[in-house]
Amino acid sequence: MKKLSFLNGLNDGIPIALGYLSVSFTFGITAVNMGIPPLAAILISLTNVTSAGQVAGIGIIAAGGSLAEMAAAQFIINLRYSLMGLSLSQKLDGKYTLFHRITTAFCITDEVFAVASGQTADIPPRYMYGLQLLPYLFWSGGTAIGAFLGSVLPDAVKSALGIAIYGMFLAIIIPPAKKSRGVLFTVLFAAGLSCCLANFPAISSGISIIICTIAAACAAALLFPRKEAVHDE
Amino acid sequence: MNNVVYLFASIAVMAGVTYLIRVLPLAVFRRKIQSKFVLDFLYYVPYAVLAAMTIPAVFSSSNSLISAAAGFIVAVVLSFFERGLLLTAVSACAGVFLAELLLKASG
Repeated sequence: MKKLSFLNGLNDGIPIALGYLSVSFTFGITAVNMGIPPLAAILISLTNVTSAGQVAGIGIIAAGGSLAEMAAAQFIINLRYSLMGLSLSQKLDGKYTLFHRITTAFCITDEVFAVASGQTADIPPRYMYGLQLLPYLFWSGGTAIGAFLGSVLPDAVKSALGIAIYGMFLAIIIPPAKKSRGVLFTVLFAAGLSCCLANFPAISSGISIIICTIAAACAAALLFPRKEAVHDE
Repeated sequence: MNNVVYLFASIAVMAGVTYLIRVLPLAVFRRKIQSKFVLDFLYYVPYAVLAAMTIPAVFSSSNSLISAAAGFIVAVVLSFFERGLLLTAVSACAGVFLAELLLKASG
């Protein structure tokens, strides 16, 4: 089986980084519009590295919400990362010591997780560092650009960049959905349920993601159990 | 409370909670999970997360539903033919951009 290198990781991180540039750029603009100082917006991106949680977070800060509310909102919106961490912990190779787990955990995002878990080989720390480096830099850099220069880009360009991250998501989930009926079922189930929940304003996007994920992955595991002894595919 | 103190305290809480959620499962679960159901569940998790995050949010990712739908179709077609993450994402942006140009030109 092919060994994953630092450069493999760096290469796989490029599309994630480019996707992040547009999203974090939008985040920078939004934060400053809400009255968050540009440097604080950048500090948030440097320390959080998560889109949904950060957007909810600046909303709470702008509204002067309590620290307890902030903690509860972040917990619920970002709870999916613990499911990902759990899943990822099954794919890490023998070199993945506690030290590497503590450092790389900081930058486990939806996209980093999706690309890492799409690997057939077990994951060494060097691959994960490579994979996370550019997305982290572009996430922070895009926030800085958005916070300081947001007003310069024409509206048509800002509008077009908004879909980049979703295009990337689709490129991650559609190819395996062609090959596996279980994955196809999971994708359709989660997408359908997500559309239903979007009609209820009381259900935030973070909670909706948690409900859809648990329901779809549970149903798929029951209805489409994978064959014994397969590590991946 | 002082504004600057509140701002930094909020950011610290955000970052702290988010990091703990990420690090605990990764650092604590050092053994391989044995349950077949849990392994299958975890295998399907990323596809469920990404599908739920993409749909229906993708349709409000641009200035109009029509241009977002155009970008979505471009992304689905390129993903189906496995053209890679970067090309798919850039093409979807181009699809949105062109659709909005056409919408403007047609009135």
